[in-house]
Amino acid sequence: MFADYSLAELGSIFVMQGFAGLILFSVFVLMALGLAIIFGQMGVINMAHGEFMILGAYVTYFTSQFFLNYVPGLFGAYFFVAMVLAFFAAGALGMAVEWLMIRRLYKRPLDTLLATWGLSLILQQVYRSVFGPREVGVELPNWMMGSISLTDSIEVQINGLFVMGLTIAITVAVALLMYKSAWGKQVRAVVQNRVMAGAVGINTEKIDRYTFGLGCGIAGVAGSAFTMIGSTGPTSGQLYIVDTFLVVVFGGAQSLLGTIASAFTISQAQSTMEFFLSGSMAKVLTLLGVVIILMLRPQGLFVIKVRR
Amino acid sequence: MSKSSGRTFFLRPQDMIGIAILAFILLVVLPLALDNFRLQFVGKYLTYAFVALGLVLCWGYAGILSLGQGVFFGLGGYCMAMFLKLEASSVENTKIQTTPGIPDFMDWNQITALPWFWEPFKSFAFSTVAVVLVPAFFALILGFALFKRRVGGVYFAIITQALAAIMTILIIGQQGYTGGINGITDLRTLHGWDIRTDSAKTILYFVCVGLLLACILLAFYVKSSKLGRILVAMRDKEDRVRFSGYDVASFKIFVFCLAAALSGIGGAMFALQVGFMSPSFVGIVPSIEMVIYTAVGGRLSILGAIYGTLLVNWAKTSFSESFPELWLFGLGGLFIAVVLIFPNGIAGLWQSYIAPRLGPLFGGAARRTTPPAATPPAAPSSGTAAPAAAE
Repeated sequence: MFADYSLAELGSIFVMQGFAGLILFSVFVLMALGLAIIFGQMGVINMAHGEFMILGAYVTYFTSQFFLNYVPGLFGAYFFVAMVLAFFAAGALGMAVEWLMIRRLYKRPLDTLLATWGLSLILQQVYRSVFGPREVGVELPNWMMGSISLTDSIEVQINGLFVMGLTIAITVAVALLMYKSAWGKQVRAVVQNRVMAGAVGINTEKIDRYTFGLGCGIAGVAGSAFTMIGSTGPTSGQLYIVDTFLVVVFGGAQSLLGTIASAFTISQAQSTMEFFLSGSMAKVLTLLGVVIILMLRPQGLFVIKVRR
Repeated sequence: MSKSSGRTFFLRPQDMIGIAILAFILLVVLPLALDNFRLQFVGKYLTYAFVALGLVLCWGYAGILSLGQGVFFGLGGYCMAMFLKLEASSVENTKIQTTPGIPDFMDWNQITALPWFWEPFKSFAFSTVAVVLVPAFFALILGFALFKRRVGGVYFAIITQALAAIMTILIIGQQGYTGGINGITDLRTLHGWDIRTDSAKTILYFVCVGLLLACILLAFYVKSSKLGRILVAMRDKEDRVRFSGYDVASFKIFVFCLAAALSGIGGAMFALQVGFMSPSFVGIVPSIEMVIYTAVGGRLSILGAIYGTLLVNWAKTSFSESFPELWLFGLGGLFIAVVLIFPNGIAGLWQSYIAPRLGPLFGGAARRTTPPAATPPAAPSSGTAAPAAAE
């Protein structure tokens, strides 16, 4: 399959596809980060994660409309406002869901899967009834449009670069929060030993609720970033949920580093193959590869050793 | 379950009554009460009941939640559909094509010869065997790879779900070989017997019910055997069973293959009765919906799963006919309710509210033969589901 291209062309193809892969990687990381917190730390399977992401995307869309109609002067900055709003909207919904539903199911992880699937169906229908079945897209501010040419045959889009920068910033923030802050220490303590964590005075229920809220909030931000590179419809979230779960499982459920590494591997493999094969076969081969590796190494790439 | 005096065969008396009631409803009441059009709907729902039955054994008894049952349903269905399609694409029927004698969608995709894996499906005997063996073999490979490495629970669910996604993408992507997103359509005859007529559909309905009842008996047999008890023990305390010297993985592989084979039969009956097979019955969404049929019926109740399937599908059809927007709310609510409020489904409701009141009517006979088992025995839940059956 390489024979038809010259060496320089192949180089450009790999760089361009690598860049497309990096954008996919950013979306995977943003979605998987929230999921890694909820699934990896709490053991809850949140099938509605994609719908939390879409909530963030709709919030961003409406913020952009608001800025466009009422404060066009500040339109260039709407995205930052939208991101914060998306975080709090998705986070608040997540905390409500945790309180109403998830907290009764911590001992039955398979049942959280079914219940949150039900939730995702309900949310999809809510979006469809409230926002309409058509996909919506936001208008990018001027500074985010266009692309930078690195060489004659290599171009990178600015919105893609922005999403990547955002991904790095959020990942660093989450890592700091989980591994450097007192709150993160409490979360990890609850994960490792709930009873002992409670015994030393940590309010485990509150930690659960905020952890779930944080995971959903990050999904909201992911949705916000998602609007920069694609349009949003009521069922867009479901397209990514299986990939995201594979990313988290493949990386080793409790390791943030593993999540990032596996998101990188999967997205790069997929986008590089996409150029040479059809899109569907690239996806099939990637997913199949992940499943086969998981059969050989069920605990994922990175494992945290915890005495239980 | 001790060998009590009331148990002659592998069925307890209340199981026999339950099966008899179900058989009566499916074979007598429904064909008399419904017109042909509605009866075909029930026939279609019953093909999903095969999957639900497999899930009761696999998920309810053995604790393995597979979110990929649609794959096996699809494999069985495609095996049957490929045979029927080849019969429908005889040289006379397809003489307007560039290459006569191959299915129409292959011709549209510029394929000029029948692919090698289609060849054996010219034989009816091979196709019938394949309906059971292809899904079972696929499950065997998967189960061998996963259970031997002690992948279970949540991880198993996610991996099977990914496989459902892979399968759908593959079928849609390889349009020339599989018919793509439209699937294999326009199936006409089975050995020259036109399956599209009303009388043929009625006969197929009874064949489907007969097969389902046979599978139910098989499920009861598995449940009451020593194997069935090991499955339950494994679900509740896997390590203890392993330390007692049992090869846990082999039992899991067996029950997973059995569930896959049952789903395959369901898929084949679907292709026969509905007259097409498409990837929309393979993917993530149908696979997880099949889990909800089982959950609504009661994940521990063999008969409950059948009623659950009928009830949910009847609700789906009537809601989507009159209030299409409401159906997703209903289905979503059902998922949440069945987990939070009644985890044992309608069989559980029957068990705790109706069966105790029926007991005295029969002089407590049922109670004597029901030892306090660790798992709620399968109960006939016909009373609760009767509105579904009667539409």
